[in-house]
Amino acid sequence: MSEATNFFSKAGGSAEVAARFADLHPPFEKTAAVIEAQRCLYCFDAPCMGACPTHIDVPKFIKKIASGNLEGSARTILDANILGASCSRACPVQVLCEGACVMHRYNKQPIEIGRLQRFAMDALHASGDPLPFTPGADTGKKVVLIGGGPASLACAAELRRRGVRAVIFDARPLPGGLNTYGIAEYKLPLAESLREIDMLAQLGVEFHFDTMVDAAKLAELEASYDAVFLGMGLGAIHKLGVVGEELEGVTNALDFIAGYKSGAIVKAPAKVAVIGAGNTAIDAANAAVRLGASEVHMVYRRGSRDMSAFGFEYEHAQKEGVRFLWHVTPVKVVGEKKVEALELARFESTEDGSLVPTEGLHILLEVDLVVLAIGQATHAEFVNADASKVRLERGRIVIDRETGQTSNPKIFAGGDCTNGGREVVDAVADGKRAGIGIAVWLEGAASSPTHGDRAVMNGAPGGIAGRGELDADA
Amino acid sequence: MPTLETTFAGIKCLNPFWLASAPPTNCGEQIMRAFDAGWGGAVWKTIGEQVTNVSSRYSSIDYNGQKMMGFNNIELISDRPPEVNLREMAEVKRRYPKHVVIASLMVESKRDVWHEMVQRAEDAGADGLELNFGCPHGMSERGMGSAVGQVPEYCEQITGWVKEKARTPVIVKLTPNISDIRMPARAARRAGADALSAINTINSITGIDLETLEPWPNVDGKSSHGGYCGPAVKPIALNMVQQVMSDPMAALPMSGIGGIGSWQDAAEFMLLGAGIVQVCTAVMHYGYRIVEDMGDGLLAWMRRKGYDTIEDFRGLSLPNMRDWKHLNLNYRVVAEIHADKCIGCQLCYTACWDGAHQCIHLDRVEGGMEQPVLGTDPRYAQHEANPHGKPTPAQVFAQSVKTIVTTPIPKLDLDGEGSNSAVTPLRRIPRVDVDECVGCNLCSLVCPVPECITMERVATGETPETWAERVANAESLRA
Repeated sequence: MSEATNFFSKAGGSAEVAARFADLHPPFEKTAAVIEAQRCLYCFDAPCMGACPTHIDVPKFIKKIASGNLEGSARTILDANILGASCSRACPVQVLCEGACVMHRYNKQPIEIGRLQRFAMDALHASGDPLPFTPGADTGKKVVLIGGGPASLACAAELRRRGVRAVIFDARPLPGGLNTYGIAEYKLPLAESLREIDMLAQLGVEFHFDTMVDAAKLAELEASYDAVFLGMGLGAIHKLGVVGEELEGVTNALDFIAGYKSGAIVKAPAKVAVIGAGNTAIDAANAAVRLGASEVHMVYRRGSRDMSAFGFEYEHAQKEGVRFLWHVTPVKVVGEKKVEALELARFESTEDGSLVPTEGLHILLEVDLVVLAIGQATHAEFVNADASKVRLERGRIVIDRETGQTSNPKIFAGGDCTNGGREVVDAVADGKRAGIGIAVWLEGAASSPTHGDRAVMNGAPGGIAGRGELDADA
Repeated sequence: MPTLETTFAGIKCLNPFWLASAPPTNCGEQIMRAFDAGWGGAVWKTIGEQVTNVSSRYSSIDYNGQKMMGFNNIELISDRPPEVNLREMAEVKRRYPKHVVIASLMVESKRDVWHEMVQRAEDAGADGLELNFGCPHGMSERGMGSAVGQVPEYCEQITGWVKEKARTPVIVKLTPNISDIRMPARAARRAGADALSAINTINSITGIDLETLEPWPNVDGKSSHGGYCGPAVKPIALNMVQQVMSDPMAALPMSGIGGIGSWQDAAEFMLLGAGIVQVCTAVMHYGYRIVEDMGDGLLAWMRRKGYDTIEDFRGLSLPNMRDWKHLNLNYRVVAEIHADKCIGCQLCYTACWDGAHQCIHLDRVEGGMEQPVLGTDPRYAQHEANPHGKPTPAQVFAQSVKTIVTTPIPKLDLDGEGSNSAVTPLRRIPRVDVDECVGCNLCSLVCPVPECITMERVATGETPETWAERVANAESLRA
């Protein structure tokens, strides 16, 4: 049966690590929050709301901060985004709400939407009040959700609000997926992710941990539930495919980040090389610096202009003291028992954009730890182990963007396993749409589907199709 | 070079900035510091029979982070003995002979009591007397202050008593808590007053503590209506000053009061006829030092406009104020949104739809909102266009929240909503339906960007015609 929840108390972690990963964006003090909130112009059909994948009504929650209605502010946020607290910390707001703020064209000072959202959510958490929602009247339906990350959590919340049982299976011992284990601690501490999920559990979301769902298990679950939501994210980080990769001292960014966040890793060795130049690579490199490494290099086969990390993440890494080796690629991990150095070949870009190794110009970089961050593999093939149950494309599950429904009507999906790896907020938006989609589909399966229900959901014109590239440049 | 020196009702002034009778002029020490800071005159906190004040006394209205947009007090006249005030007044005049010191007076409505107080004030060296017929709280319950100012006959009688005795100019301070301020002004003039000052504070309750349900300012759980002043009352004061100054039976040298804190405020009062201005709330907020920019800014404006003295521009806007019936009905302006300045906040759009005439639309992108929307707005029958033939704000909003967007991938997804673009997307720049626009100004008032929405004159081809003329023409046609 479902396990008891009080995930926050299980956060663990090390005080020393916590001290080294203080908030990158510290919380607003109350007066400062109100002053900032009063700066908001209260745009109509605000661009910030439009840019948010979950369409949080930003001016509405900000004006509630200004008016002192913090309870209403939190409810406004959560109504659109049940993970509003972690999104307020983890979102790349510079390219989302804050990037869309009209203030860029006014006084060049966008409203600090992310920090204001955190202020409202922190106030809710501090109040000790429960989520401002109640489960819907029981429909007698139940849905199983594979993976306990943001997509499944958002989907589960929508289902519970509509009176549908939501049962989550997760391979790890704690819920939240990458929200709990994969976000840089100075943005979203593991404990904060758990605190938020504790609130969600109040809606009656059920959890099963340490359970790996394979093809057989999926078939079994599918048979006993009314619908299935696939939210298991992506798989392992790609291998380099070079000699010496199996040596001790070679790890990957997800394990490294999850390790320090959960307290298993409290220190980095002196010399660290991170392979890759995506946002995850930067998180790993910054973490290595904060964990005590004296020399952290990021190794990337192209130049800074081609890196797949956001510009502000690159700037942040530079400030942390990370060094960059451009136009090089590892050709060998050197070491006896454990890694001692990386052998790098220099790359040159040709006119057509392809990369050509430069003969004879190998570099030997002394390192104690190599962290791979060259993108995650997909992890959806098991879904189709017995038959072509669900349509995949390049390893990603194909869904109807508006409902999350796959080619199999009973199976819905969202998050990284469908988009190839985007942000927490994208997963939440997917999960939310799928939760509504499932509830409507279940209702239609119970009675006869009405045109009206579809109209409610599908009334929108086509949105922007996601391109779904991987986080890191694989 | 322009000068701020002026003469008001025969009183020579170094500049037209006086402190109003209020806490900033409570004692001689304060007034001397104010003169040091640059104030040209001070009206002493009203002198009369010594009172006892309550605690607390003030409350205010903040607006969107700005403190004290409006200010309220339940303080009475001076709580110091008259002899102390008058002794200090003599000292101030001895040390600052060129600065103006006016004695504000309020005593029992008896002829001999007023005569005695006038004598004592003038003996102390006051350059003039201001009769406080305006204080709206406390004193009025004792038959003084606004209890006098609200009854033109009392106003006339007491002004007359004062004029029997006074050797210095007599200024009558008017209360705004009356239906027509011209009536007490005319009464004062009939009685021989030399000048007027307007306005005193307005009856007010600034607010209620939503925890205790007790109004402010709180005196042991209770409150009493107070007198309202500060920036919020300036428009009311300007109107009353104009009403008096446009009335030949009331107009006298006018000391403008009400929400003045800047040189612009002062200039506006003067353009409506005020010879000098009095300031209180702004000084209570920021201190005497504010007078420096009031003078500096006013002189710069006078230089720019070519005025050498205050008399050169005093009252110049009075002819531009007239009764509504004398406004040109054939004058027409329409809003123009300057796309190069528009930041896309769409406040004009929502204001026009909800607060004006539904003539600003979001239909500049081809295929976006051009067609009349077959509405799902419950206000209108399904599949019928709403009366405006354009999407309602609710429909625009509903469409936005249904649009699927994702976080941009660096280098691949350009021009997304979050691209902090310096250029406003065309679809966010509203369009004015100039045929429907009535020229109300609302959009230009809510627009946060200077000169983004301007009101442009449209040639109507019609000769000017006022309502009065239209009625007269219609009558002459009938005749």
